[in-house]
This record gives sequence, C-alpha cells and structure tokens, in this order.
Amino acid sequence: MIASRIDEALPSLEADGGARPAIEARDLRKRFGDFEAVRGVTFDVMPGETFGFLGPNGAGKSTTISMLCTLLKPSGGTALVAGHDVVAARAEVRRRIGLVFQDTTLDDYLTAAENLSFHAELYGVPKHLARQRLQQVLEMVGLWDRRDSITRTFSGGMKRRLEIARGLLHSPRVLFLDEPTVGLDPQTRLHIWTYINELKRREQITMFLTTHYMEEAEYCDRLAIMDNGVIVVTGTPEELKAGIGKDRVELRTDDDELARRRLKEVFGIEAAGGDGVVFQVEHGEEFIPRLFASLGVGIRSVSVARPTLDDVFMEHTGRTIRDAESSGSGIRNNPFVRAQAGRR
Amino acid sequence: MATGTATLDVVPVTEARASWGDALRAVRVVWKRELIRWSRNRTRILTTLVQPVLFLFVLGSGLASLLPRQGGGLDFRTFMFPGVLAMVVLFTSIFSAVSIVWDREFGFMREMMVAPVPRSALVIGKCLGGATVATIQGTILLSLAGLVHVPYNPLLIVTLLAEMALTAFTLTSFGVFAASRMQQVESFQVVMQLFVFPMFFLSGAVFPLTDLPRWLDVLTKIDPLTYAVDAIRRAILSHVALGPGSSNLAHPLTWGHWALPTGFELGIVAVVGLALIGGAIAQFSRAE
Repeated sequence: MIASRIDEALPSLEADGGARPAIEARDLRKRFGDFEAVRGVTFDVMPGETFGFLGPNGAGKSTTISMLCTLLKPSGGTALVAGHDVVAARAEVRRRIGLVFQDTTLDDYLTAAENLSFHAELYGVPKHLARQRLQQVLEMVGLWDRRDSITRTFSGGMKRRLEIARGLLHSPRVLFLDEPTVGLDPQTRLHIWTYINELKRREQITMFLTTHYMEEAEYCDRLAIMDNGVIVVTGTPEELKAGIGKDRVELRTDDDELARRRLKEVFGIEAAGGDGVVFQVEHGEEFIPRLFASLGVGIRSVSVARPTLDDVFMEHTGRTIRDAESSGSGIRNNPFVRAQAGRR
Repeated sequence: MATGTATLDVVPVTEARASWGDALRAVRVVWKRELIRWSRNRTRILTTLVQPVLFLFVLGSGLASLLPRQGGGLDFRTFMFPGVLAMVVLFTSIFSAVSIVWDREFGFMREMMVAPVPRSALVIGKCLGGATVATIQGTILLSLAGLVHVPYNPLLIVTLLAEMALTAFTLTSFGVFAASRMQQVESFQVVMQLFVFPMFFLSGAVFPLTDLPRWLDVLTKIDPLTYAVDAIRRAILSHVALGPGSSNLAHPLTWGHWALPTGFELGIVAVVGLALIGGAIAQFSRAE
C-alpha cells in the first residue's frame, strides 16, 4: 500500500516541479456529429501563468475547456493537465483542478459555508485544513461576513465570487474559469477581475480562462485567439497588438456602403461591415488627409486608435468579434451540443 | 517503507488506496445535503403530512361509515394507517429523488459529477438521504398512531421504523432511477401520473386486496409497494386486538392460497430496491 503511494507520488512530483507545462494540449479535437467544434488545437500553459482563450461565442472555447476539465472526451489529440492525461487519468486531473463554470452550480438552499463544506468533503480536503481554507477563500472574495447566508439571497456577482472561492478551496494547481464574468454588469465584472488579479498574487496557481470580452483578455499573461475551432494566433497581449503595427480607423459617413466601395477602389482597403466603417491602416494619422482628399463621400467623423485586441482579432479573422458573434455559427446555439452539455 | 513519504508536502491521493474513503465521504456528504435541504423547507415537511392526514381522518372516517359496524371489529382507520404511512414515505421519497432533475436544471449536478469520487457513491448517498428524510416524515405521522387505536409499543415502533426505512430506500431508488432518465423538469409530472399514483392506489393502502376482479388482483401483485404495505399492516395488526368480525380487513396477502410471510414480502421490497439502485448507478456512470 505504502509502496504504491510512493510510486504514485514520484511522477506527479516531477510533473509539478515547474519545468513542465501545467497544461499541454496537442492537436485536440472535438466533433459533434457532422460538426467539428474544435479542429486541432495545440498549446502549452506554463505553471503560474494566466492564459486566456479569446474568441466569439461558438469559437470552440468552452468545448476546449470542457475537454481539459475531463467533462468531454476529445475525439482526437491528447491533453495533459497538471501532468495527467485528461482521458486516461481523469480522477487525477479532477483532483488537481478547480472549475468555475458559466452557469452557476451552487445549491441555492445551502449557505455559502455549506456549499463550500460540501465541496471540501467531495474533494477530500482534510477537516482541520478545510476550516482554515474556507475562511481564507471566503475572505479573498469578500464573502466571509455572508458565510451563513443562504445562497439564494445572493446577487449574481456574489454567486460568481462564491464559485471562484469554491473552485480554489481544494488548492487546485489549475483553475479553469469559463467566461467568469459573462452576464454580469460592468461594475461587477471589474470587481471579479480585482479578485482574480488578487488571486494571482496570493496563490501559486495556473489559470486558464475563456472570455469574449476584449478588455478582459488584457488581464491575461498570454492569449490564444480562437475562431471557428482553431487557434489563429498566440502571444502576450502586447505582442499581439504590436504584431499588427496598424491603427484602427473608424469613420462615420453619409453613405457607408459607398465609402467601403471607394476605400477598396482607391486605397485597396477592405473595411469591416456593421456599424460605421472600420478598417486598419499603417500610420493612421497620416492617412487621414489622403482619405479626405480622395474618398469622395461625405465624412462626418473620424477616429484613429492604437490597435486593441479587437483589431488583433480582426487582423487574423477578417471580422470584428461582434460580427463573428452575430453571424452565429454558435456551438452554444446548437441544440445537440446543448443537450450533450446538459447530460454531464 | 513508510519513511520518505512523510516529507512529501502534497501526497496525491491514489485511487486504489483511497477510493473507499473517497466513496464513503461522498456518500456521507450527499446524504447530509439531503437532510439539510429537507430541514430548510418547513412548508414541504408540513404539506407532505397534510395529504396523509386528510386520507386517514376524512376519507378513512367517511369510508368507515359505509362499512357495517361490527362489534369489537377493526376500525377502518386502523386498517388504513399502514396505507398512509406508506403514502407519506412514497411521496417524500419520490420528491427527494426527483430533486436530481432540479439539480441538473440548476447546475448543481455538475458540481457533483466533476468531483473526483465514484458516481456510484453519489447515487447511494442520494438514495440513503432521500430514504432517511422519508423515514423521518413517516415517523412524524407514526406519532398519531394512538388516534387510530395503534398502541405505542416499543417493539412495534422499531419494526415499523425498519420497514418504513426499507420501503423508503426502495422508493427513493425508484425515483433516482426514473430521474436518471429524465432530462426535463416536466417529466416529473409524467412519473407521478404514470407510476406513483397507480403504485399508491394498487398497493392496498386504501382498500383490502381480497376478492378483487382478476385483472386488478394481478396489477396489485405486480406493484412492489403492495408487499411493503402488507408487511407494515401485519406488524400493526399483530399488536391490535382483533374481534371476530374484522377478518375481511385483516386478511394477509396471498399468492394463490399461500399467505406470504412478512420476511418474504420485505425480501421482495429489498430486491426491487437493489435492482433499481443498480440501474440508477449504471445510468449515472454511463453519462460520462
């Protein structure tokens, strides 16, 4: 019995040594019937890193996270999380990860502390550690005073914070956050991020999160931009923005349709559709005078901005993230996938 | 061999070594949650008791007036008492069990399903929790025994508690099994109408199962609750003084001419319960 303990302990100690990635995904794929939601993604997340998956709804982010969390079986490829294979060593992976889902998974009839105790027992946190840890995580998310309140009485933001606390309770090596701020108002979202950033400071933890909010992606150490089931580019937010080297120009004109056509004819620039005319160009300020001289369409307003992650997305996919969402190839809207997710 | 492990900061719990501990902990915590949820819901505690009390004192008293008065005979309400005990156990068990469907709807199921514990432990914890709650509800109703001439005999009470617990376990297992195949909250109504009410009315809870038409007789014998109700009734009647005229209400359950022993009846209930919980475990382990 003891021998097997040592055998088991050694390889994972090695895995936790810091040199090996906390997450290693190799050509990970997921197919639902005829629809391939994830079409071969490969990436590493190093220990201590906050790694973000950015992309529109339906890009395959949630499906990827579900595979890494052992909730979905990959149709192809492999993934190691905290040194363990997500298919072959599911229980080992589960013990070492924390999960915060998009939808709440709290018991509304229990108090905050009871929800956490339930979790601590399911994950086998020793009793004496559990009490101390419970206080620690509740204080971190500012809910220690509300520990004996029934969770039904909590606001959306409080529930999400409680879920983050619960995800951390068993001291996981990797915390997965699937759209941690979706459905919350901007102020609450900012709050959640304050807590997440605090977490980075206080805990030795690797975080993997998905988001479709550009401004939130900025908080990540490294990003992978995902679209249509593939990773289009990976890098730090700075690298990604620097890689574009172009400014974003937004126009309001008398006739957007005509303006787009003229841009193409005169300057060879493809502008994105939707609200107004948006395009990218090098040295934006210098381009504006030429634009006024040659466009031939009444211009009402112009704004030039340094590249944002939205521009990065546009650069690599040819669409703004909002367009990508409204075009709705959404896996989330796929009833089959929804039913699948419900079964887990 | 033991040296060396002590210095490790984080000793990963290996599955082979810890699965029993993990499983037992999971059973206990799921069981405990069931009790907490039950104790929080006072209205539910009350409302599940109202219906049996109505049956016993309103329907029971009404039907009693139809029956010819027999000197020293069995009071119809005494006859019905096992039936309403089974009734409260039945409805509480099913209600606890199908809360799984709500857990799924509101996401809590996911919290349980992703935990590093065997699914079977979750199912067993759920069944034991529901069974405990149902037995407690049955016990509350049992406190009214004196009103229907059932004595508060310690041996009788212990017997009844054990029989109710077994019945509750089987019924909760049935509910969990049904819930494991349900995707929507609406399906709950279907289960109630298609299984729970027929199970109750066929069980002999409200009328004696003697001299029934052939088709009805067959249906009552298929109903597992019939055997539970009869076992509870045998226990109660053995502690009630019976006059000569009450024989029709006091007949034991028979297969043909064979009067079933109580132990055999309880055996049937237990086997059905184990089969159902086995089915439920299989269902939940498959949904991976």
